[in-house]
Amino acid sequence: MSKPSKKLTLSKKHNLTGWAFLAPGAILILIMSFIPMIRALLLSFQSGVGAQMKPCGIMNYTRMFKDTVFIQSIKNTFFYLIIQVPVMLIFALILASILNNKDLKFKGLFRTMIFLPCATSLVAYAIIFRSLFANNGLVNLVLVNLGILDQPYSFLTNTTSARIVIIIALLWRWTGYNMVFYLSGLQNIEYSVYEAAKIDGASAVQSFFRITIPLLKPTILLTAIMSTNGTLQLFDESVNLTSGGPANTSITMSHYIYDMSFKYVPNFGYSAAMSFLILILVAILAFLQMKVGDKRD
Amino acid sequence: MTKVKKFGMYLFLCIVSFISVFPLYWMVSAATNKSAEVISGRLVPGTYFIQNLKNLMANQNIGRALGNSFKYSIILTVVSLVICSLAGYGFEIYHDKAKDVVMSIILLAMMVPFVATMIPLFQMVSKAGWLNTTIGFILPTISTPFLIMMFRQSARSFPHDIMEAARIDGLSELRIFFQMFMPTMKSTYAAAMTITFMNAWNSYLWPKVIMTDATSQTMPMVVANLTEGYVTDYGMLMLAVLICTLPTAIVFFCLQNAFAEGITGAVK
Repeated sequence: MSKPSKKLTLSKKHNLTGWAFLAPGAILILIMSFIPMIRALLLSFQSGVGAQMKPCGIMNYTRMFKDTVFIQSIKNTFFYLIIQVPVMLIFALILASILNNKDLKFKGLFRTMIFLPCATSLVAYAIIFRSLFANNGLVNLVLVNLGILDQPYSFLTNTTSARIVIIIALLWRWTGYNMVFYLSGLQNIEYSVYEAAKIDGASAVQSFFRITIPLLKPTILLTAIMSTNGTLQLFDESVNLTSGGPANTSITMSHYIYDMSFKYVPNFGYSAAMSFLILILVAILAFLQMKVGDKRD
Repeated sequence: MTKVKKFGMYLFLCIVSFISVFPLYWMVSAATNKSAEVISGRLVPGTYFIQNLKNLMANQNIGRALGNSFKYSIILTVVSLVICSLAGYGFEIYHDKAKDVVMSIILLAMMVPFVATMIPLFQMVSKAGWLNTTIGFILPTISTPFLIMMFRQSARSFPHDIMEAARIDGLSELRIFFQMFMPTMKSTYAAAMTITFMNAWNSYLWPKVIMTDATSQTMPMVVANLTEGYVTDYGMLMLAVLICTLPTAIVFFCLQNAFAEGITGAVK
């Protein structure tokens, strides 16, 4: 007779064990992610230094839209986002589908070499690129010796070229990373599908658009969201490659917020307001990408 | 495939591979040359390595920075792997409606950019007196939605009947996790370890915020310090960059295949 009740307690015990397993991780995310987020929101309606914070309404938010450097940093970040993310993802897709070819020799070697940049630390690669593109760096040396330039071009102190160098560096560092995701995704597609398409007379380009892209869609969506998220938070490259210069024209949002909070007189309220705007942008973009991703079904 | 096409494909791959590898080769060769030689475009490894190392040691406390970076990264990786795999396992093996809801809330945290939480986190850590400490370094990134998701995904392939058999044999739930789940999920752990260690080693913004003391600075911070000043000693700088990159490169090479496998699991 007591059987049903015993079963209930057993499943209850089972249930509780599950909660115990996930509790440390879940609680840490609550304390380290969600609570700070809410505190940042509250902070964004206050102004002052250190412990003397006073409510100031939406002043921080109105100030943001008059702050030319901040507006510049948003423009820069979006410039990086709009150019770098699509170029990188398309390039990674092409490389992955080439490397997925069964007849290809030295596949492992090519994969390792293209993935190699991911092994470098972010600060390290930013400094390598800063040195390569310096006035007395290797790129200038080669261009001058080839006769393309008469004298060294100051890549990092001209606005457009400084931004382009950041994009080149980002492409170098992250294309291989995304490629590995696509290669993993491609392994889940039966290779016979490609062979069948070939027999039916499909060209390589056709099978790329008709087979690879539709079947990899979930992976493409994942990498697009990850890259967007990463690009909106760019910091190391802006600090170490161009120092945000010349005259803040290549600075990213995270870099400016850091400067506002820890480099100049700390203004946590204003910084919190700016960081909250990034949060909203990330959320909107992720939402849009998921919408677009769904539609093509 | 026609021969021309095949040739074009290999040529393309060779060019891409060259571009990928060249900056790293340049870094290694520059680390062994005099700054003036680096500027003059010398690309062959030289004999100035020891002198660069001496200059670097005299300029910055590299040993201390390396020690700090290893300490923070290893502790973070170990703690993070245990906490996140426990959570991922809990979500999958004991899953029910309530836990699935909690999981989707946790996934939302993936969207929260670090800058948005940085200032409250800094206030919290400094109030607790954890500036310049390992615990301050590791706290915000011990538990990450990405790792929890990865372990949850891999727990899906953990056979239920083996668990039932173990339960009948009287093994406790915790022992099933440590003695059966952990050993069978080696490749997931290896992938998670690669990702966590590399992220920890590379992290720059958070240590820059909380490591206010020179004695607790990390390797990337020290490397970044070297670029301040008007004249750059390229040989010394590239040696520092090389030292900073070696640990992640080694971890990466040892665990490359496991990493790809782990990602495959996560993408499925």
